[in-house]
Amino acid sequence: MAAVTERSNFGKIAWPIVAWIVALIFFFPIFWLVFTSFKTDADAVKPEHLFRFTPTLENYTNMTQNYDYWRFAINSVITSTFATLFALFVGVPAAYAMAFNPSRHTKDILMWMLSTKMLPAAAVLYPMTFLTKNFLGIFDTHFLVIVVLCLINLPIVIWMLFTYFKEIPKEIIEAGKMDGVSTWGEIKDILIPLAWGGIASTALLTFIFCWNEAYWTVRLTTIDAATLSKLIEGNRAPEGLFFGRLSAVSTAAIAPIVILGWFCQKQLVQGLTFGAVK
Amino acid sequence: MAGLTLRDVKKRYGETQVMHGVDLDIEHGEFVVFVGPSGCGKSTLLRMIAGLEEISDGTVAIGDTVVNQVAASKRGVAMVFQTYALYPHMTVYKNMAFGLKQAKTDPAEIDKRVKAAAEILQLGDYLDRSPRNLSGGQRQRVAIGRAIVRDPEVFLFDEPLSNLDAALRVQTRLEIARLHERLGNTMIYVTHDQVEAMTLADKIVVLRDGRIEQVGSPIELYERPQNAFVAQFIGSPKMNFFGPDDLAANAAAVLGKELPASQQVGLRPEHMVISDAANGVVEGKMELVENLGEYAMVHMITDTGVEFIAKTEKPPAAKKGEVISFTIKPELAHYFDAETGLRS
Repeated sequence: MAAVTERSNFGKIAWPIVAWIVALIFFFPIFWLVFTSFKTDADAVKPEHLFRFTPTLENYTNMTQNYDYWRFAINSVITSTFATLFALFVGVPAAYAMAFNPSRHTKDILMWMLSTKMLPAAAVLYPMTFLTKNFLGIFDTHFLVIVVLCLINLPIVIWMLFTYFKEIPKEIIEAGKMDGVSTWGEIKDILIPLAWGGIASTALLTFIFCWNEAYWTVRLTTIDAATLSKLIEGNRAPEGLFFGRLSAVSTAAIAPIVILGWFCQKQLVQGLTFGAVK
Repeated sequence: MAGLTLRDVKKRYGETQVMHGVDLDIEHGEFVVFVGPSGCGKSTLLRMIAGLEEISDGTVAIGDTVVNQVAASKRGVAMVFQTYALYPHMTVYKNMAFGLKQAKTDPAEIDKRVKAAAEILQLGDYLDRSPRNLSGGQRQRVAIGRAIVRDPEVFLFDEPLSNLDAALRVQTRLEIARLHERLGNTMIYVTHDQVEAMTLADKIVVLRDGRIEQVGSPIELYERPQNAFVAQFIGSPKMNFFGPDDLAANAAAVLGKELPASQQVGLRPEHMVISDAANGVVEGKMELVENLGEYAMVHMITDTGVEFIAKTEKPPAAKKGEVISFTIKPELAHYFDAETGLRS
């Protein structure tokens, strides 16, 4: 008995320490990014100013004066919001159909959807650029960014929603059928209220994925539809001379999403660990 | 008001056939119980009547209307699910009103009907609660209320008592019986519990492997089972079966007939009486006695290795391993063909 107690006491102290260390390791790059954003570009690369420097807001003031942070930020908000909404608009009925009216091929369809995520994005970069620029004329438009963000996230959206919907007892939907609800009514009056938590965490995660997406948003936009990812990209210099500026831009780009995530922690944890317990 | 007619009803899932042509007539106002072991197709048949499963072949008619292609909500049936299937995000009132609202019923009429159903089911005080704040029995009553307000021609119950504890099950069973008396509607009730079947039914339908084994009143099924399966399924503990070699030396004299090799005799445990060896129909070594006070279950095994149970008023004086003889009134013995299982 004594041994067991000692051991669990040790565990009570040791595990939180380990957790803190791991958390700090993960947090450190973010901390360093914010820290560096208060240095001048010159200070940022000098080892003697690693910790001792005069903090400045110069990088942030430059940001709004020189390259219009707000335009990029608004583009990010617009594209991420609409991409998320469209993904849900398609994903909820799709997942509903597969969860409550499965056919023999439902599993195959789900796998096929997931397999689209295995395609290397670089493989279709040239056709995408060529088509959107020369044929469709939608290069660097909100429309294009929204469609692309929506499509690349759709498989995950459907998988997540499918998993949530599967947990709703089939009989409740059947009771709805007996009560004479239309298909749309089943979704609106029964499914959505019951799966609200799952839909919200799916939406939140999708929004974050859209916000952070860089590969396509950087390559399919120039100015009009450019998002914050593009802003960061634009401040990247191969010589690494503008670390202070780059850090400030990056901090400003991730700040909204970090704050959003902070407020929705509970939903996020539920979303990220879905299906893990059952 | 309406009865039901099922004609050659079949159900296939892809290549697998699960219902093999069911014919059944249900009169208006009858309480019919579908009973059978799990996987016999009783729930599937109920769901086909409800409109939740497609009918692969044959016809289901409610009244004079064939309803194969009619939507579940338009068939004039209401269903009570085993898991209650209440809408967890709605209050008791809204749960009951939901179906009427879908049918665009006048709000005043909805209110009247919900209140009336709540009155019958003693749910008046719970109308504003959500299902999560109700006990299992109350939830089941809400599920029944949801069916009542729709004023259906036919009530369908899919194992409605399975999720309740034993005491509540008896009480709710009585409530359902009273409800049937009061409303007088046709009710179809699925269960695997033969006590529910025997106590509630006007007519029992015994199913096995997607086929009807026998249809009849509870007492018919108990007294004249048409085959060995029904004989074993109805009655608890189940009927004992013996071949000619398993019987005691004087069995033929007591039963009044020699059992041919092609037949089996079935003896219900509650009909078996301890006797002397001269009058014994079967005898065996006593293995175990379960004394339940009002009666005792005597577990026996014959020389030939057949286990059987006798239900006696008092536990026998004999000890474990001693030989006891049992007799039975000849008219209470049932004879079945050893191969086909049919009554002979």
